[in-house]
Amino acid sequence: MKNLSMMEAIREAMTKKMREDPTVFVMGEDVGAFGGCFGVTAGMFEEFGPERVRDTPISEGVIIGCAVGAAATGTRPIAELMFIDFVTVGADQLVNQAAKMRYMVGGKISLPMVVRLPLGAGTRAAAQHSQSLEAWLAHIPGLKVVYPSSPNDAYGLMLKAIEDDNPVVFLEHKLLYGVKGDVDENSKPIEFGKADIKREGKDVTIVATGRMVYEALNAAEELSKKGIEAEIFDPRTLFPFDKETLFNSIEKTNKLIIVTEENKRGSFAGEISAMVAEECFDNLDAPIIRVCSVNSPVPFSPVLEDYYVPNASDIVNAATKMF
Amino acid sequence: MLELNNAKIIEMYKTMKKIREFENNASKLFAEGQIHGFVHLYIGEEAVATGVCANLREDDYITSTHRGHGHIIAKGGDVKYMMAELYGRQTGYCKGKGGSMHIADATRGILGANGIVGAGQNIATGAGLSAKLRGTDQVCACFFGDGSTNQGTFHESLNLASIWRLPVVFVCENNLYGISMHQSRHQAIQDIADRAVAYNIPGVVVDGNDVFAVYEAASEAIERARNGQGPSLIECKTYRHHGHFEGDPAKYKPAEEVAEWMSKDPLPRLINYMIDNSILNKEELNEIDSQINDEIKEAIKFAEESPWPPIESVVEDIYTDIVEEVKK
Repeated sequence: MKNLSMMEAIREAMTKKMREDPTVFVMGEDVGAFGGCFGVTAGMFEEFGPERVRDTPISEGVIIGCAVGAAATGTRPIAELMFIDFVTVGADQLVNQAAKMRYMVGGKISLPMVVRLPLGAGTRAAAQHSQSLEAWLAHIPGLKVVYPSSPNDAYGLMLKAIEDDNPVVFLEHKLLYGVKGDVDENSKPIEFGKADIKREGKDVTIVATGRMVYEALNAAEELSKKGIEAEIFDPRTLFPFDKETLFNSIEKTNKLIIVTEENKRGSFAGEISAMVAEECFDNLDAPIIRVCSVNSPVPFSPVLEDYYVPNASDIVNAATKMF
Repeated sequence: MLELNNAKIIEMYKTMKKIREFENNASKLFAEGQIHGFVHLYIGEEAVATGVCANLREDDYITSTHRGHGHIIAKGGDVKYMMAELYGRQTGYCKGKGGSMHIADATRGILGANGIVGAGQNIATGAGLSAKLRGTDQVCACFFGDGSTNQGTFHESLNLASIWRLPVVFVCENNLYGISMHQSRHQAIQDIADRAVAYNIPGVVVDGNDVFAVYEAASEAIERARNGQGPSLIECKTYRHHGHFEGDPAKYKPAEEVAEWMSKDPLPRLINYMIDNSILNKEELNEIDSQINDEIKEAIKFAEESPWPPIESVVEDIYTDIVEEVKK
């Protein structure tokens, strides 16, 4: 067991797989000697050299497209984009090529590739470097969408992402890179579609992803003081999604709040909400509440940005209304 | 000119003729309503795919385009499974899930036709990188049209391939039109090969209706790529005889231009060369043509007699492991 930051956990997982399998390699903007935009690949260039830790030009389309071609022909690329916002630049290669190639050719090609996408607000980086675009990605058949909230989850899910024979988008919240936690380096990869209950409770189920897991946990402490015990459900992967565990939790609590950092309109929180309304309605005794960001671009000013993102008190307020 | 033995020349003729016959039949079947969707035909451009692929090994790769039938046949694709795919049948290359624009055969290094203009250029760099990382001497030939050279993918891919010295041969089929837009209107240069200068790689212009000229240029570029000397750009000047897709009357093409290019049709040119040089006689030619005719007829019969894909298959092959619910 090691105490690692989330960034170190992701790096350790990639390093482990690269030591085991010579076909695994990393590519992206400044991932080499520079160590990556946020330092995630720091030191990997020194161990694996320029062939397997490849600096690319600032060309998001060909970063993803090159990974598609490489994955189709016997290697396992891990591509890093600096920010999820830049996925718009390479969207054709992710949406029309990576996600659909296997299907369109009748299953005769598989694409074992990972695209790492740092995301999220809170870095005072304004509207083009702060978004949470997971709903776009989860919408596309052919992609798997992974969103860890803890170092241990990030480690086990990255091991699985690299082993997976399908295109996996791996979402990394920038403000979680420094969060520390115990990581069992001998642990097995974490299966996709297995949620983790981050806190048990009997009164309300709170689904939370990424950094919102921590806001939800803080909210749960506050709610506990009011006699409300919240269960915090972290799906860990948005697709595949662990419906069974969620429905079991709702069966117990009969109440659902969904907290994500996306702006609310068209969010994945909306998809979860619809899923529960369609398939688990009889177990609800209150309307579902979504706690999401404001429907605006991510603002720059600290005052505005802090308001934009959901926080523990937003969650407490939402939950309190239910009782 | 490179030394080519008669057997190789006849082999190339067979490929070109097979493409022409496949496409003529596809055109007819589309007009009759037997096949659906978008069908973009390669008639007139056969010498390009043939001259390039005649230099490739079975384990080499190609990336193709929406106008992909010719590339797939030239790389060894089976017309039976191609035709069944055009018909949307279970026995098609893609089990009826891809259609004309997505035919692939990984066992022959065919990484897929592609419905997005220019997308294959990006994918080709990946195949080249993979060959390099795995330490093989495989090469990827990347086919694309003049229209796609205005996409960002063209710049991104040639730049990446040149800085990483990837074994990719970029083959531009300049058929003079990006859909309806004449090249003179969609870019301010005449020779796309000039753009190679920007990537410090070789760029050559060849007569794309002369299979020997294509063969020779491709041979040199493929050898360079195989030897680790990096990518090249070959621009093949050619012409598509049909519209952009079947159903496009191509009114934007002036009659004189069409007449001029029809006189440069790559197939009669090769036939005349073979007859004039006694590579084969008329009877032998007829025999080959009739065999190809039969092969295409059998392919159509195979397609027509093949079953439709079962409804359950709509959710298969999205992932290697997850199968979604069939219900809507």
